[in-house]
Amino acid sequence: MPAEAAISGSMRPQPYRVTEVLRELDDVVTLRLAAEDRAPLPFRPGQFNMLYAFATGEIPVSISGDPSRPDELLHTVRRVGAVSSALAQLERGAVLGLRGPFGSHWPVETERGRHLLFVAGGLGLAPLRPAICRALARRADYAGITLVLGARSPREILYAWQLAGWAAAGAMKIHVCVDHAGPEWGGPVGVVTSQFPRALDGIAPDRVSAFLCGPEIMMRHGCGDLEHLGIHPERMWISMERNMKCATGLCGHCQFGADFVCRDGPVFRYRRVRRPLGIREV
Amino acid sequence: MAHQTIRDILADHPAFLGFDGAALDLIAGCGRNMRYRAGELLFREGDAAETVVILRHGDAAIELAAPGRGPLRVESLHPGDIVDWSWLLPPCRAMSDARAVTDVAAIALDARCVLDKCDEHTELGYRLFRLWLPHLARRVRMQRLQLLDLYGAHAR
Ligand SMILES: Cc1cc2nc3c(=O)[nH]c(=O)nc-3n(C[C@H](O)[C@H](O)[C@H](O)COP(=O)(O)OP(=O)(O)OC[C@H]3O[C@@H](n4cnc5c(N)ncnc54)[C@H](O)[C@@H]3O)c2cc1C
Ligand code: FES
Repeated sequence: MPAEAAISGSMRPQPYRVTEVLRELDDVVTLRLAAEDRAPLPFRPGQFNMLYAFATGEIPVSISGDPSRPDELLHTVRRVGAVSSALAQLERGAVLGLRGPFGSHWPVETERGRHLLFVAGGLGLAPLRPAICRALARRADYAGITLVLGARSPREILYAWQLAGWAAAGAMKIHVCVDHAGPEWGGPVGVVTSQFPRALDGIAPDRVSAFLCGPEIMMRHGCGDLEHLGIHPERMWISMERNMKCATGLCGHCQFGADFVCRDGPVFRYRRVRRPLGIREV
Repeated sequence: MAHQTIRDILADHPAFLGFDGAALDLIAGCGRNMRYRAGELLFREGDAAETVVILRHGDAAIELAAPGRGPLRVESLHPGDIVDWSWLLPPCRAMSDARAVTDVAAIALDARCVLDKCDEHTELGYRLFRLWLPHLARRVRMQRLQLLDLYGAHAR
């Protein structure tokens, strides 16, 4: 019998090197990673990896780059505690451990012919960005694409440089709103839900497929409001977050109602999670 | 293009959906058109709130002045929105500044005139509160969400 218990492939972190660190916001960085000795990692929009900061710990982080460029493996990390801070402090050339990709994906491909509505709050744009890139790459497949993005203030708008590029390209309508701002801000002030009537003006709600990612309260209220505006709960998806350990459906750490977020999510059809979303203890 | 009367404008305006012809006739007598240039104040905190301002075109913002920080923009308002409610609530003084963000066209209703007509025609008053309260409730709900600092580092 071997001295060491075998560790299955999905449980073994592989070494990845940080090839670039992009400082996005005061407390947010994007790490560009390259495999030490393997081919680029294919992934689907909305999936996540477990990133391991050696000697500190491992956390789930969504893949935030363009899925057509798996050679540019991007993760956007906000510093909130020990592991995310250790990851955010890594410099170019550092090595971390990575397992994945895990989880379900944003089903943009099955929604062809429809109007795609992306709703992101704060860092929620990171897990949605791959889906937006995928949709823009196949723009002709969709009736339209709209992004509604909420941020704390104009200084805290994630990927502002890319939003400017997307807006200039004109392939997608973008509505950015902030919680508060000075008078120099010409855009709307308010929560993302306040922008729904304008964002959907002139679009038949039964043609809309919505993808929401952000704080849970935002998604709960956002889906409720979209439903009220006529969008079917079958045509809305949200991405859930729960603390994770194994990320492979074994430990039960990420249980959410009858589901495990790592295995059945993180992207769920709203209709499936509408009930547990409303239960405080879940 | 034919000249639009205040009555015509009210009949087309989302804030007056559900008002019948008689109600529109009564309210139209209190109204006039207003225009504000981008950057201009619609009213300032502490002003007597004597007017119900309802946006027709363009965007406005509610601002609060904070010492050393300049005006803070806390809410955006769009066509269809009723800018403020201070005219209804004693002491009838504006609780914030309101500024035109773009050029704005608005309907301004004389608040005293509206309230007098509501007192005289209680059915109009009832309708007005029934149809306008949801607007106010929606804004209160949104501001509650805004208070949560949803996108801060420790919100999840
Ligand atoms: C599927 C999935 C995808 C994710 N994608 C990303 C991503 O792309 N980028 C990213 O930065 N994070 C992402 N997260 C969240 C990230 O995993 C957590 O922020 C991380 O686990 C925190 O670990 P920590 O050791 O740094 O902090 P901890 O020591 O675990 O927590 C420190 C403090 O932060 C709070 N906290 C913990 N998690 C969160 C959270 N998710 N949001 C806000 N506050 C939190 C805790 O309540 C505590 O107060 C994702 C989570 C999941 C489940
Ligand atoms: S993290 Fe172990 S079951 Fe999901």
